Amino acid sequence: MSGTNHRHESVIMDRHEMTRALTRIAHEILERNKGCQDVGLVGIRTGGVYLAQRLKQLISQIEETDVVLGELDITLYRDDLALRKNQPVLKKTDIPFHISDLKIILVDDVLFTGRTIRAAMDGLMDLGRPVEVQLAVLVDRGHRQLPIRANYVGKNIPTAKEENIRVFLEELGEEDRVSKLIDAESTA
Amino acid sequence: MSFKRKDLLGLASLSQEEMALILDASEPFKEVSGREIKKVPALRGKTVINLFFEPSTRTRTSFELAAKRLSADVVNFSPSSSSVVKGETLLDTARNIEFMQADILVLRHSSAGAAEILARNSRLSVINAGDGWHEHPTQALSDLLTIQEKKGQVRDLHVAIVGDLAHSRVARSNIFALTKMGAHVRVVGPPTMIPLYLHRLGVTVYHDFDEAISGIDVVIMLRLQLERQGRSLFPSIREYARLYGLTSERVQRAAKDVLVMHPGPVNRGVEIAHDVVDGSSAVILDQVANGVAVRMGLMYLLSQRN
Repeated sequence: MSGTNHRHESVIMDRHEMTRALTRIAHEILERNKGCQDVGLVGIRTGGVYLAQRLKQLISQIEETDVVLGELDITLYRDDLALRKNQPVLKKTDIPFHISDLKIILVDDVLFTGRTIRAAMDGLMDLGRPVEVQLAVLVDRGHRQLPIRANYVGKNIPTAKEENIRVFLEELGEEDRVSKLIDAESTA
Repeated sequence: MSFKRKDLLGLASLSQEEMALILDASEPFKEVSGREIKKVPALRGKTVINLFFEPSTRTRTSFELAAKRLSADVVNFSPSSSSVVKGETLLDTARNIEFMQADILVLRHSSAGAAEILARNSRLSVINAGDGWHEHPTQALSDLLTIQEKKGQVRDLHVAIVGDLAHSRVARSNIFALTKMGAHVRVVGPPTMIPLYLHRLGVTVYHDFDEAISGIDVVIMLRLQLERQGRSLFPSIREYARLYGLTSERVQRAAKDVLVMHPGPVNRGVEIAHDVVDGSSAVILDQVANGVAVRMGLMYLLSQRN
């Protein structure tokens, strides 16, 4: 990121579209798993945690049942840990239930190379043996570097590799939206 | 802010922000040690060498577990079984280790400054695990983490450090750590055990334990190094225990939720009474648990430097 450059932002999903997409995903989760008795939601820090919380709430509105929720920090499982210039901030993994014998739904904001999901699966397997691992993402922007596919996708957004897709969330002090960010210089 | 240092040699040169950074990086590792599979791949492929020139089971084991739980490969080097007995210098030993492509060197040595000499002369990340009477930074960081966890913060707490401050690297590191984090520190002991320079480190000196403990939030008892007996620092162990031992009567005089700490190994009935070690104020085993977390956090940060 070059701090001096202005960025051009084009909004791809607004607040309503995000809610609709998440509501659909909540329905799809319930349909695919025939309810959610043996389902656990695990949000990947940071964005995925808030989306998982929203899914939990939506599911409880639809079926009036409570689904367990955990938070996963994948920093220690990253494959680029030794290569990065800046230290990623370490946060706590907090999964207050046994994941073995559950169908775990990993939740993340953007699916891109698939490396985060690979790390998340490794992190998850160190905590137990889930019956099944499914993946829910708000945005799939393509350009996978690993054979990974999401089970639930809010929106497929075709992108160029160097483009930057960001999910802004109310919980993090932003207005809910999904945007494509373009450096002003590169558009000039 | 990120941790930029190659080594951790002592807390005297660390800023408050740097200490807070290490504590923040350590806290998440407590969860890892509580798992059924106590391992994360963060230091996979890295090599950690424990080079201990002084006997230590606790600290060495703590470093070893920390490195192993991060998936590093660990080798323990001890002088009795190494080339040191054949006359090799410390620096040559370190160079050899460096050229075996190790990444982190954990050093305990009886000479103050040994870790710093190695750090200056090699590419290895050096962690000081105790050098003479100088510093023992990871012990003080575990103590900080324990206090922060139990009290919410370190700032403005009244902390007493009691015992042989002249010969304690733990005490020195704790003084640097606690004063920088904003605690008020009292040091307590007989005049033979309180060096004259201590008041310059921003602490208040007491010789009367009963006076010093009143209203205190945290009391750190130092181990009475019985092997130093005979150097006439005090007339008898019994007298020392009576004047400077932590009894439950003295605990009563401290603040209501006082934390009782001890870096171990404990001499029960000497510097600390049996019932206090086992009492509800003691957080001695929390210090041990946090010791592993702090060492994990530190090695993680050092391995991240680029």
